[in-house]
Amino acid sequence: MTDRNDFLSREKFMAELYRYKKGSVTRRHFLGVTGLGLATSVLGTAVPGLRGAAHAQGSIGDRVVVASWPNYHDPANFDAFTAETGAAVDLNVFGSNEEMLAKLQAGGSGWDVFVPTNYTITTYVDEDLIEPLDLSMLPNYDAASFDARFADAGTVNGTVYAVPRNWGTTGFVVNTANLGGLPKPTTWKEFWDMTMAEFSGRTMVHDYQLTTIGNALKYFGYSFNSVDPAELAEAEKLLIDAKPHLFAINSDYQPSMRSGDAWMSIAWTGDGLQLHRDMPEIDYVLGKEGGELWSDFFAIPKGAPHRDAAYALINYLLAPEVNAKEVAFHGYPVADARVNAILPPEMLNDPIMYPAADLLSALEFGAAVTLTDPNRAELMARFKSA
Amino acid sequence: MQRRDLKTWLFLAPAGAWFLCMLVLPLIVVFVFSFGERGAAGGYVPAFTFDNFLNLGARWAAFKNTLILAPLGTLICLLIAYPLAYFLALRTSPRWRTVLLILVIVPFWTSILIRSYAWIYLLGGQGIPSLLNALGLGNPRLINTPFAVLVGIVYGYLPLMVFPIYVALERLDKRLLEASSDLGSPPWRSFLQVTLPLSMPGVATGCMLVFILLMGEFLIPAMLGGGKVFFIGNALVDLFLQSRNWAFGSAVAVALVLVMLVTVAAYLHFTRRWAGGRDDVSLM
Repeated sequence: MTDRNDFLSREKFMAELYRYKKGSVTRRHFLGVTGLGLATSVLGTAVPGLRGAAHAQGSIGDRVVVASWPNYHDPANFDAFTAETGAAVDLNVFGSNEEMLAKLQAGGSGWDVFVPTNYTITTYVDEDLIEPLDLSMLPNYDAASFDARFADAGTVNGTVYAVPRNWGTTGFVVNTANLGGLPKPTTWKEFWDMTMAEFSGRTMVHDYQLTTIGNALKYFGYSFNSVDPAELAEAEKLLIDAKPHLFAINSDYQPSMRSGDAWMSIAWTGDGLQLHRDMPEIDYVLGKEGGELWSDFFAIPKGAPHRDAAYALINYLLAPEVNAKEVAFHGYPVADARVNAILPPEMLNDPIMYPAADLLSALEFGAAVTLTDPNRAELMARFKSA
Repeated sequence: MQRRDLKTWLFLAPAGAWFLCMLVLPLIVVFVFSFGERGAAGGYVPAFTFDNFLNLGARWAAFKNTLILAPLGTLICLLIAYPLAYFLALRTSPRWRTVLLILVIVPFWTSILIRSYAWIYLLGGQGIPSLLNALGLGNPRLINTPFAVLVGIVYGYLPLMVFPIYVALERLDKRLLEASSDLGSPPWRSFLQVTLPLSMPGVATGCMLVFILLMGEFLIPAMLGGGKVFFIGNALVDLFLQSRNWAFGSAVAVALVLVMLVTVAAYLHFTRRWAGGRDDVSLM
């Protein structure tokens, strides 16, 4: 990257101008090396009428690379962003926070924006993998309008590293057409028991230690976040007993639920809503014992190659009207009061998006220790290779 | 004399540098890492311990799966590829041969990822099983089974087996077959005593290519095995990309390299003996 604070002599400026005029350097290089790009965008944000449109300067580059989750973005909004700014959105989809962390630890991910979950952010800060956010470049972010419960995890030691995207729950989806007279399962105990009996060969679990181990722990009534070796050993036994009865271990469960190959799967709010919307016989259930409550955030990794584009995209998606379109597409609730004010009432009253308070109160936020605990990681690996 | 030496060195330099940077150095890194420890949040911390090697038993199931399915996949590839290569090399007119050979390569023009997705639908409940069901032949579970992984493997690796065998058969001196026939040998005997032994180098090369690649395969088992049919390649991907235990991952990789060396050495030893002690059975 060009260091824009360098002093630029008059001669050097003229030389660069000639190079630009002759066409031997790009406009982007010219604006970058002379600092004019920055000056324009600073001027842009200083003029109130131009606020929020600063990214439309054309100086943000031609692409922005995003690491996120399956079925979580409306492609139409990305297309609109590209049409407005010229930066194409390159979306990479992940199945677990571990996978995201591993890519960033290995270095050279090439990402500009990623979408970590609440409990992972302190680890990213400790590992020096995440950039403190310059909120002046996110005029659409209004901290006051966010429910603190789902926004706090983005701030570590007083510094804002991440701004909220969505929140949700982790429950399970079940295709009630396949119940064959059985009552609909309402607990994690029933989820695992049915998997090993009537639904043998038809259940999916996530390829993700937090939710798969967490909800196996729930079978015994332990904390979703437990790292207690004795409790983990019980969860491992359950998982290994259940494994021959599973249809698959995969975090992208919508295709198999839709095709009818899978009848039940651990699931996140939005997938539950999307499936239920298209196939009403598929229900989303929160286990009575509890489970996970989570919130996702937008963040920028250290060394993001298209930093300006990253800010522009986050800012674009945080605009309430754009965010509302995202919610209408994916069905995950937001913590932003400005968005909720313009969402259709049927979404706000949807029991999948906004579960009853008694179900919600049993849920736990993921704990940072689960991400780094070597026993949980190795347990998951043993379960998969068993 | 010195000039020639210099030239030789210059010609060798690019390949040598490539091998050093892309093969030797990474292997050394992997070897060194295999004695280290996992960092607190994952990754690698320097140490000197044999714990990673002592813990290899935790991945025994993955090793076992790979050591069963990779040779089995290679064998099925061979059984399908040999008749195909024979037909192409000896029973097809030159005009058709080119067209048919291109048809063998065509699948390579599309990413294996996309072709595996196609197999997910073919083997899934609404694909072949529903067809069988409609014909009254039962409704078997195909997707996410070892069978599905074998289908994917054979489909994906068949061309790699066909070509070396085809080349060996195509070079076959037809006069030898005439001589065999003139001396009163029935066709099946000519095949067993002339064609088959002479095509052994191609068979050995094809098997080696397919087997070595299969031992490191992870994509096909992940996609068609639904995360339930686990190869050692999948264990490696998991160790580096999920549990972030680079030290243990390196130990598994070192163990895999050793298993391969032993298997390949044993294989070459036996194919040589089977081919009658000739030494033209080589990798390429």
